[in-house]
Amino acid sequence: MTAVSAVNSGGIVRSGSDEARLRAEALRLAYGENVVVDGLDLDVLDGTVTAVIGPNGCGKSTLLRALGRLLGPQGGQVLLDGKRIDRMSTKEVARILGVLPQAPQAPEGLTVADLVARGRHPHQRWYRQWSSDDETAVAEALRKTGMLEFAERTLDQLSGGQRQRAWISMALAQGTDLLLLDEPTTYLDLAHQVDVLDLVQQLHAELGRTVVMVLHDLNLAARYADRLVAMRDGKIVAEGAPGDVLTEQLLRDVFDLDARVVPDPVAGTPLVVPIGSRHRT
Amino acid sequence: MTTEPTTQTPSPSVAEQVRVPGRPAVRLAGASWVLRLRMLAVAVVGLALLVLVMAVNIGRGDFPISVGEVLQVLAGGGTRAQQFIVLDLRLPRSLTGVLVGAALALAGAITQSITRNPLATPDIVGITAGASVAAVSVIVVGGSYGALSGPLADIGVPVAGLLGAFGTAVAVTLLAWKRGIESYRLVLVGIATHWLLLSVTFWLLTLGDVTDAGRAMIWLTGSLSGRGWEHVQPVALALLVLVPPALIGSRVLGALQFGDDTARGIGVRVTPARALLLVSAVGLAGVATAAAGPVVFVALAIPQIAMRLCRTAQPPLIVSAVLGALLTVTADLLARTAFGGAELPVGVVTAVLGAPYLMYLLARRYREVRA
Repeated sequence: MTAVSAVNSGGIVRSGSDEARLRAEALRLAYGENVVVDGLDLDVLDGTVTAVIGPNGCGKSTLLRALGRLLGPQGGQVLLDGKRIDRMSTKEVARILGVLPQAPQAPEGLTVADLVARGRHPHQRWYRQWSSDDETAVAEALRKTGMLEFAERTLDQLSGGQRQRAWISMALAQGTDLLLLDEPTTYLDLAHQVDVLDLVQQLHAELGRTVVMVLHDLNLAARYADRLVAMRDGKIVAEGAPGDVLTEQLLRDVFDLDARVVPDPVAGTPLVVPIGSRHRT
Repeated sequence: MTTEPTTQTPSPSVAEQVRVPGRPAVRLAGASWVLRLRMLAVAVVGLALLVLVMAVNIGRGDFPISVGEVLQVLAGGGTRAQQFIVLDLRLPRSLTGVLVGAALALAGAITQSITRNPLATPDIVGITAGASVAAVSVIVVGGSYGALSGPLADIGVPVAGLLGAFGTAVAVTLLAWKRGIESYRLVLVGIATHWLLLSVTFWLLTLGDVTDAGRAMIWLTGSLSGRGWEHVQPVALALLVLVPPALIGSRVLGALQFGDDTARGIGVRVTPARALLLVSAVGLAGVATAAAGPVVFVALAIPQIAMRLCRTAQPPLIVSAVLGALLTVTADLLARTAFGGAELPVGVVTAVLGAPYLMYLLARRYREVRA
């Protein structure tokens, strides 16, 4: 099967089916001797936005790396569209699934257009480095992220929010309908965080992309995700709709945080209000 | 894009094509590239200067020949005598310089890109020093009184140089390995290795008799003196084998600059790609060093200069090769002619030109860390 048909068969055509696009089975992940995740099962359903939350060091980024085939499991397996991801070629995976690592690095002096064009890598060969399909996809990705006017700027000339949009644009140009984003809002002020998450929301709503992202901000996670996955010590403690997952009990269990959970006055999703020692009674 | 409507259909007409600013295209049949005018201009000007400097270099000597006449001979004309002097006596020397310079600059561009560190080049991290130790051992041990002599020693020096380069590359990699390679540690281990090997080289020089030590000394400063076609052939052959994978890999080189996770995410098989590029870089540096000795600073300075001239984010491979050849031949011309009758080894000139650049590079990096 060619990779192009793989993209099509795994695309939005199937949206509505309850089959998992990505599935982790009895996953065991470790860095050397240090086991980070053990016995984890997870289904990522087609056309959903899933946010993984949890305290620092709970293994959420590690899980995301395994789902994106950046880290091989020590036990268990990851299935992408029902196929074992570690048996697929790097290029094949890159045509179905795009990954944006946490705080990605790029050489200074790289232009936005050149960065975004790198996203076309899995569709190119050494003699075909800038086809009209590539150009169309890159222009489209730049336009969707509002970066077309910055195309010729270099990355060091951009604000943090613009730079993050450029990276997301690169993931879009890759043309995958599955996106894994590791803390896409790190280092951004609140306005730019909302900006980036609005963009994710738009990709999901307009293009039917399936998104898995690691997020630190619980209120934004509750607002922008269909499903929350709460992790602690390498295990999933709770998963489901934000309203079901984000409870005062869960915040105590997962984050050791005393907090009130009230309805978000804007979206109606759960809003976490930490109590802190000053106001504890 | 999810459905990629244009993927299977014929390309849209030119009028429909959406343009991405700053990336004009060259498209021919199934092939396509980004047209980088600045890079093209630097390459063309560099090539023209290279031919000119080569012609001047070939023309200088006991029987001076004008630049025009040299070019005529190269184009197939000229008198018998001119043909003999140009083609048989002087061209091999310049050609060795071209190939050695191009190979060193390519090797430097590759290692700088892979490690994302402008200091990580074969002449800094011990690769050329490793080639030197091996070559000097052959010269000293196998010299006039040694076990090896004559033609065997002639073949022995290049082969030993190549083996020394690869041996050192493996050793430095292993020493710097700590669950992967971190470029800062690689450079530190490499610099330490470089000085260790250099002191071994000087120790070897004290062992040999004066004639051998003298020969080794000339080789050690990098020399194009007395290079004939027999020196051109192995370097040319090595370049023929090593340059194509390096150029095909240049697309991967661009992706590797983003860090391993991003590179893997866009479909690069990071470990094998990096290994292949590294082997070709070490091979290029080894072959070049074997042919002309450690001509220093070409690998360090040229890729960074090429990058700034072309205004690219990483060292451009082909332009680096052209400028590397240009610097080496220019340095050879200066070494032969600038000091009257006394001919200097080419490596002395590249060192004099390159050392201030290294200082600039170190000062700039230091400031960056402070900022």
